[in-house]
This record gives sequence, C-alpha cells and structure tokens, in this order.
Amino acid sequence: MSAHSHVDGQLPHEPEKATLEGRNKVLAFWLFLGGETVLFGTLFSAFLALRHQVLDGPTEQELFSLPLVAAATFILLTSSLTSVFAIQAMHANRVKSMINWLIITVILGLGFLGLEIYEFYHYVQEGHGFTTSAFSSAFYTLVGFHGAHVAFGVVWISILIAQVSKRGLNVVTAPKVYVAGMYWHFIDVVWVFIFTVVYLMGKVG
Amino acid sequence: MAHAHAVKRHTGLMDWLTTVDHKKIGILYLFAGFFFFLVGGLEAILIRVQLWMPMNDFVSADTFNQLLTMHGTTMIFLAAMPMIFALMNAVIPLQIGARDVAFPFLNSLGFWTFFFGAVLLNVSWFAGGAPNAGWTSYVPLASPVYSSTHGVDYYVIGLQIAGLGTLIGGINFLATIINMRAPGMSFMRMPMFTWAAFITSALILFAFPALTVGLVALMFDRLFDANFFDTSQGGNAVLWEHIFWIFGHPEVYILILPAFGIISEVISTFSRKRLFGYSSMVFATVLIGFLGFMVWAHHMFTTGLGPVANALFSIATMLIAVPTGIKIFNWLFTMWGGSIKFTTANLFAVGFVPTFVMGGVTGVMLAAAPADFQYHDSYFVVAHFHYVIVGGLVLGLFSGLFYWWPKMFGRVLNETLGKWFFWLFFIGFHLTFFVQHFLGLMGMPRRVWQYLDGLGFNEMNLVSSVGAMLMGLGTVVFIINMIVTGLKPRDAANDPWEDGRTLEWTIPSPPPEYNFAQTPLVRGYDAFWKEKMEGKNAMTPAEPLGPIHMPSPSILPFLMSVGLFIAGFGFMYHNYYIGIGGLVLTFGCMFLRSVIDDHGFHIDPEEPQDKGVKA
Amino acid sequence: MMNRWHVLKRLTPLLAGMVLLLSACGRADLSTLRPQGPVAEEQFGLMTWSIIIMALVVVVVFVLAAYVIIRFRRRPGDKTIPVQVEGSHKLEIIWTVIPIILLVILGVPTIQSVFGLAKDYTNDPDAIQVKVTAHQYWWEFEYPNLGVKTAQELLIPDDAVISIHAETKDVIHSFWVPSLAGKIDTNPAGNANTMYFSAPKKGVYLGKCAELCGPSHALMDFKVKVVDRASFERWVTAQKAPVALPQDQELADLLTNQCLSCHAIGDKGGKVYPNLTGIGSRESVAGILINTEDKKYSNEGTVEENLKRWLKDPQAVKPGNLMPTVELSDQQIEAISKYLAGLKLEY
Repeated sequence: MSAHSHVDGQLPHEPEKATLEGRNKVLAFWLFLGGETVLFGTLFSAFLALRHQVLDGPTEQELFSLPLVAAATFILLTSSLTSVFAIQAMHANRVKSMINWLIITVILGLGFLGLEIYEFYHYVQEGHGFTTSAFSSAFYTLVGFHGAHVAFGVVWISILIAQVSKRGLNVVTAPKVYVAGMYWHFIDVVWVFIFTVVYLMGKVG
Repeated sequence: MAHAHAVKRHTGLMDWLTTVDHKKIGILYLFAGFFFFLVGGLEAILIRVQLWMPMNDFVSADTFNQLLTMHGTTMIFLAAMPMIFALMNAVIPLQIGARDVAFPFLNSLGFWTFFFGAVLLNVSWFAGGAPNAGWTSYVPLASPVYSSTHGVDYYVIGLQIAGLGTLIGGINFLATIINMRAPGMSFMRMPMFTWAAFITSALILFAFPALTVGLVALMFDRLFDANFFDTSQGGNAVLWEHIFWIFGHPEVYILILPAFGIISEVISTFSRKRLFGYSSMVFATVLIGFLGFMVWAHHMFTTGLGPVANALFSIATMLIAVPTGIKIFNWLFTMWGGSIKFTTANLFAVGFVPTFVMGGVTGVMLAAAPADFQYHDSYFVVAHFHYVIVGGLVLGLFSGLFYWWPKMFGRVLNETLGKWFFWLFFIGFHLTFFVQHFLGLMGMPRRVWQYLDGLGFNEMNLVSSVGAMLMGLGTVVFIINMIVTGLKPRDAANDPWEDGRTLEWTIPSPPPEYNFAQTPLVRGYDAFWKEKMEGKNAMTPAEPLGPIHMPSPSILPFLMSVGLFIAGFGFMYHNYYIGIGGLVLTFGCMFLRSVIDDHGFHIDPEEPQDKGVKA
Repeated sequence: MMNRWHVLKRLTPLLAGMVLLLSACGRADLSTLRPQGPVAEEQFGLMTWSIIIMALVVVVVFVLAAYVIIRFRRRPGDKTIPVQVEGSHKLEIIWTVIPIILLVILGVPTIQSVFGLAKDYTNDPDAIQVKVTAHQYWWEFEYPNLGVKTAQELLIPDDAVISIHAETKDVIHSFWVPSLAGKIDTNPAGNANTMYFSAPKKGVYLGKCAELCGPSHALMDFKVKVVDRASFERWVTAQKAPVALPQDQELADLLTNQCLSCHAIGDKGGKVYPNLTGIGSRESVAGILINTEDKKYSNEGTVEENLKRWLKDPQAVKPGNLMPTVELSDQQIEAISKYLAGLKLEY
C-alpha cells in the first residue's frame, strides 16, 4: 500500500483518507490542533490576567474600533466558508473549482492581514506600542500569534495551490489540502474567541 | 506492482545524519541523552563537592547557581526526556507490530531539534555564563533586570527549540499507536510500556505548548522589552509560576509514566507471569495522566493563593496516591507466585518498587498544604523529587536499557558489571538522598551555595556527598559495561531472556530495517507468550511475504534544526540578519519537503542484506 | 535466653532508627521537628500524622516486597511456568479503598489546618503588625503601627500574635522561621502575602530565605528575637530615640557622608537600605556574621570584628549584595566599627 500506487487510478471519494499516510496525517493534525488549543488557551489566560494593566497607555475602550474588527471578522469567517467549498469541490473531484475557492480563501486571508496591520499601525500611533504596558504586550502577543498563524496559512495554501495546479489532485496532495483546510478552520475559531474575549469584552468592560 | 526507485543509501556519518529509521533514531536519542546525563551528573557531583563541608568555597556563589540551574534543566529536558524517547523509539513500533513510526521524517526532525536545542543551551557555559535562575526560572530573578547575562536567554531559546522536538515526538507516537497497530492489537492488548508511552505522549501534547507560551513571553520580556512579568510595568510575577507549573507538573508524569511501563514489562517477564490486573494498570495510568493536569498549584502553596485553592489542590494531589498505589500492589502481586529471576534489568525494576514508594509517600506528605509550608523549598523537597525521578524514572530507565539493549544492539550487556553498577548506584542513591529528608526538616533550604557551621547540617551533607560519588562510580561501571559489551560479537538471540512475552522478541536482535518481514497477527494480550504457550515459536503472519515500502533518508530535518539553532543565536544577540537567515534555512527546508514528494523505496525481505542497525 | 536475644535482635534496628531520628531533630531554634510556637506545633502535628500514616504504607509495601522477593525467587534450572493470574477484583478493590480511607483521615485535618492557618490578623488591634520587606539579601522589618523600622532582626513580644505582611522590593524571596512557622513567599507588590505566628518562649530563633534569589540566597539569614512585653516596649522607645553622632567631627562627617547616605541610625540617614539603629546589640552583622565573645566558627566574632570584616569587603561576605566596597582606610574602618559596635539599645 504505497502512497503513489493510487496516483494513476480513479480518485477515491475521500482521497485524503485513502492511504495510511493520509490517515496518519489527518489524525496527527487533529492532535496538533489539540496542542495549538493549549497554546492559545495559555495566551488567552495570560491576556486575561494582564488586560487591566494599561498604565499610561490607552485603555481597551479608547483603543478598539468595533466596525474595523467586525469587518476583519466577517472577512475571516467568509474565508472559512470558502475553504469549506474548496474541500467540497475536492471531494467531488472538481480540481479547478477547488483551486479557485482556495485562491479566494488566500485573498480573503490577505485582506484580513491587511486590516490587522492597519489596525496595529493605528494603535502604535495612539501610543499603544508593544512595550507600553503589560496589557499591550499581552495583546500584541495574543493577536500577533494569531496573525502569524494566518500569514503562515496564506503562504501554505498558496504553495498547495501551485502544487495541485502542477501535479493535479491525488492521494498525496489531497491530504495536504484537507489538512490545510482544518488549519484554516482552527485559526478561524481562535479568531472568534479573540473577537469575543479581546474586543467585545474590552469594549463592554 | 511496485516500481523500484533508486535511492541513494548513505553510509557512515551521513547515514546517521539522514536516517529516518526509528531504531537508529532511538540509538541517537540514547547516546545524546546519555551524554547529557553525564553532563548533568558532573554538575551534580560539583554541587555535592561544594556542599561536602560547611562554608566551602570550591565554586563561587554565582557558578553554584549556574550549576544547580543547569543540573535540573539538563537532567529533565536533555537527559531524561531523550532517554525516554530512545526507548520509545526502539521499542514501541516493535511492540505494536509496526514497520516504523507514523512519521519517520518528523521523527528525525524531533531528534535533531532536541539535539540542537540542547547544544544551544549548553553553549551558554562558554558564552558568558549559564542560566542561573533555577530550572524553574522564576521571575523577577530571571528577568533582564536581575539576570543580566545571556544565561537565561539561552534557557528560553534552547528550551523552545528542544521543546519543539519533544512536541513533534509526542504527536508522532500518538499517531503511531493509534494508527499503526498490527491486526488484532487492540488497545486493551497493548503492552503496558506502549500504554505508558501513549499517555505520556498525550501529556506532552497538552503540556508542552503551555511551556512554549511561558518561554516566549519570558523571551519577549528579555529580548524585546515586553512586560509580561515586569511588575513595574503592570506585569505579574505569579503568572509565570502558574504557566510554568501548568506545564511542570504534567512534565513530572511525562517522566514517570514510561518508567511505570518499563517496570511492568520487566517484572512480568522476569517473573514469568502475566502482569497482575492489566486493566486496572491501564486505568490507573490514564487516571494519573488526567489528574496530572489538576494539581499544578501544589508547587505554589507558599505563593499565597489563599486557603480555598490550597485546600482543593491538597486534596487533588492526595488523590493521585490512589492510582499509584494500585500500580505498586499490582507489581508486587505480579511477582507473587511467580518465578523471579534477578537479572540486572530486574534488579533495577525490583529496586524501583520500594524506592518509588518512599518518593510517593513523601509526595503525599507534601500535598498537605500546611505541612508543606515547612517542607517547601527545603532539602525535604530535594529528597522527595530525587526519590521519584532518580529512584523512579532513572532506575526504570536503566532497567529498560538492560532489558532492551540486546534488541537495540544485538548484544546482551555484561551481567556482572551490570550488578556492580546496580549496587553502587542503588546504595549511592539512598545514601545521597535519604539523609536529605532530615536536612530539610532540620531547616536547610534548598539551592543553597553554602551552609553555616554549627547548624547540625555537616554530617548529613558529608554522607550525601559520599553517596553522590558512589552513584558517579556506578555510572562509570556502566560506561565500561557499554564498551566491553560493544567489543563482543553481535550474537543475541531473538528472545535473549527466553521469557519474552511481547512482539519485539519475535524478530531478530537487532531487527532488520523493516522490522517484520510479515506483519504479525495478534491473538491476545502478551501476544508472543500466547503463541509460546501453544507450542509455537513464531507469530502467525497477517499478510503474505512481499516487497516492503520504506521511506527515504533525508538531510532536511538536520538542516531545519541547524536553521533554528542559528536563528536562536541571531535573535539572542539582536543580529536580525543571522536570525532571519536561520529561519529562512528552516522554512526553506520545510518548503522543499512540501514540494518534493518522497516516493521511498522497496525492500524485498527475501534478499540478503545487512542486518539492521550497527551499534 | 534465646527468646530474649531474639526480641533484642528485632528491636535493634528500631532502636538504631530512634537514635538516628532523635539526633536528627536538629537545633531547637532552627528545626521544624522541634516547634517552639503554636503555628509550628500545628504544622508539626500534621507532619507527624502524615508520617505515621505513610510509615504504615511503607512498612506494608516493604514487608510484602521482601517476602515476595525471597519466597518466589527462581531456583537455578527451574523451567516451570507459574500460573498466569489475570488479577483479582477483591484484592484490587482492597488496595483502592484502603488508600482512599487513609487519605480521608489525612485530608480532613489538612483542610482544617489550611483554613485555620489562613486566619486574618491584619486588622486585629491586639496583634503586632509587621511589614516584612525582602531585599537582595537582607530583611527589612517595619512596625507600621509603632512607627519603627529595623533590619535583619525581628524583635517581637512573647504575648501577642505577630501578623506578617510580606512583600519584596526586588525578586521573590521566602520568609521562613522553621521553629516558629512555615514559610510564605515575598512576592512583588500586588501579590503581597499575609501570615501569622506567635512565639510564647523567649529566645532567639533562626530565620532563612527559602526561595532562590541570587548568589547570596544561601546567606540571607535573619533572627527572630522574642522578649517579654515590657522590654519590647522599651525597645520600641529606644529605637525611636535620637542617636548622637560621635564627638570626633572627622568621624561624624565620614559617617554622614559615607554611611548615612544609605543607612539610617536613629532619626538620621537614608531609609532605603538596612537600618543600623542599635546594631551593636544585635545578634549578627549582615545576618550571617554571628556576634559572640566565644568564637567557634569562621563566621563568628565580636560585633566589632564582624563589622570590620563586613566593611572591608562586603562582597566577600555576601557575594552579589548591593553594598559597595567603600573607600576607607584601615583606621577609618576601625573607627566606624567601634562607633557602630557601641550603638547598643537598652531594653
């Protein structure tokens, strides 16, 4: 049962789980996301412990602008949906459509990153730098970790788009795309928590 | 059906740098881990030399703090963890009837990141001073204000890199154990060591990310002026303690559970008896793993968390005694009615049981918060955790090494030297640490560079130092044993102990590259023993003989780790070109790994070939 | 005859153990095993209780292990296969339930004691309020209600509860007087801790820092001196009384410029570093140079000798401490030590 013995044959219904390698990959990625959950959980705890320590810097209420964050949330949630469409297309063996949905996902991811960079730039202008207070350090670390995850995801999915365009969908590439989709959902879920815990709670008090 | 690919087979050093074979990676882990065990041991000896008499001036106060910090950090992260991974790598795939781990490439990556993280940490000795804030690295002492050398930078960056390797290893073994078991090897037929490795891997998965966050936060504080733990900027010093111990307590169980697994295997084999109460052993292991996450604040009773937290964590901690007690009695009753053979492996295993019980009961004593106000940070605690880690884990590791050495290297370790090693180490251990209980109760705090004369500490400290020398002597005997054994011909039988019960004893020692020519069919717990009792001397195969697909060797894991090593230096000394250059190397290799498919190659088990790993 | 000999033989290890235990109790002013006040006694009680329960467990396991190891060892050439036992529900239930019972009988007093020792005396007017501030590597003791501050030596009356408020000015330390009470960490401000203890027996007790705090962590000792109420009150008054500088103007200037810029003596001098009022009547210099006429160990000497030793090279006594080596001639050190050694409080 080697990985590439299926390459030339008919693609199975769930190509990501057709080989032992694929099943290993999907399982291990679930496990990895379990570890990532602890990672973000710890970052959230640190943020919650320090969020009132603003010192002379601006407070959460002064800083956050909900419309901007809501737009970012909307963009990222939409990108999650488009990544679902991509996986559906993969299961239907419609490679072109899958690639298109992945491209849209990447573009939305880039849009989110753009907004985040704009937001951070704005905050620094208002005197909310990385070293301003314990709150600011915890804020940038938490939100920045998430941003770095998004950036990594954008690069990763782009590489996968190139790979699939060149070699087509098979039992080697399918698990990669599937796993990238899982990753994308995960960072989306993390953002929902960031939106709630950092921004909404910050705004409400 | 299979197209053979021409794969370059490396030899010599290149073979070791590129190998993805779990058996060779196990050997790499073993020698790297043992090397750092010697380094940590040397640090321990220096500590005991400094403390052999009152007001001694053998090393300076700051050097002493570096020694105690590096002793703890080295022993836990760079010696114990890799030696555990060595045995897991050498044994787990064999015990579940698999040809390799789920991710051979990641396995190699895990080793090399650990290795370069470890090297980075130890470079600190030659770069202006090792970390000196204790292995717990409590802030503010570890903050840039109070620890202004680069020592703690080496600690945070080295451990992040090494921790990454551990996390990768943990995920790999979880996936391996879940997905790669041979037909018939259900969860409740898995050998106890496999179960222990499984739970340990799960603990690694959920504990290490917390440490990573703590280390990142401390690194940001130190290198980029962040304020996580800087109280003058609103940071919180107690936050570090919480993050550290949320990782740190599960870490203790990450260390001890594999030892429990080893002991279960060894005692059962050398008693010629099935493990008593197998299902309750599994249950106890799972429960210990679960409770391990609920008790971190018992390291912080004197931090001032208030009576409610102290009461809850006291009780939660005491509860762990119950599953641990189940294990102890199950081991004793495995021996009961058995036919016990005292090989060196079994001496270590049998010596483990009462020794670990002594460490366990002091653990329960420490769980009583008001009494802990007296024990905490005294030599009593030092005695306690050395009883569980040395008396528990290290005795377990040596037991496992003597037991599986023939499987790893094809040679049985010398028994006479082994017994010398055991008795020197065992007696030395008790001499060193038993008296330390009393030193603590008599008012000697831990991590002290000197103690004043006339406090009544002199005699016991002398005894303790003598004991440490005996342990060192024992270790030297073990090194001699390794060399002597290495010079002998490689002639170990498949089942050198003749009473092997599990799958690893059904294949040659050392096994061929593909482990099992045919995947075995598992028909019950103690799969091999079951076949033996039915008069067979081999497993029933679950598949016809055919070509076996193997992954290709790769240098990329090595290069990726080198990249992280370089990046660590770059960021530490604020040289961002070097830092980013290192990361580019790492991510570049990752990119190559993603775009270049590994087709692997095929081995025909019939064709004659060189027999597995070389020692 | 035979019987008595057997009994004796059995008792020997027990007796040897007892002797070891007794000799291992340590000094009465330092050991947790010889509690000198109610808090340490309560903790000692819990310790003893847990040791008894745990000794029971250890004995059971040891006896069982010894029996099994001797009784079931393999005879050479023995090829028999023992009966393969899967387990025994009855036995497994027994060794699950008995530990639970043992834990309950340990857990109940633990919980009681946890809450008992957490009693808050910080607003009790009858308690002596002490603010303990830890520094690298010395202890500052302030009595906010009495308006008095001292260093290295906590003076308390024998008839009151001492309510401690502990925090640090730099890194985390831990305040520990083993024979009077268990320890409490001194965290940076914001996480300050409280505890209480009392010391009904007059005398001097040794205190230690129990949390790694830097190179001289091992040397960060202090003393707790317990006196009766009347002399405590005399001490408070004496501590507040103005102190005269030496007649010799040169020495007075030297003191003012070199010492009082950081240290306080009576009503004069800086407030940030260890208060030197009455240093001549303290038990030690810098916490570890013990003042005694009857010198036995290398860290002992008369007050004057110890002061001289400290002033000559503070870093040699306590590596890493913040006291600079002040540029003083031998005569100046001599004169300052003599003056400081003469600063004795009558109480």
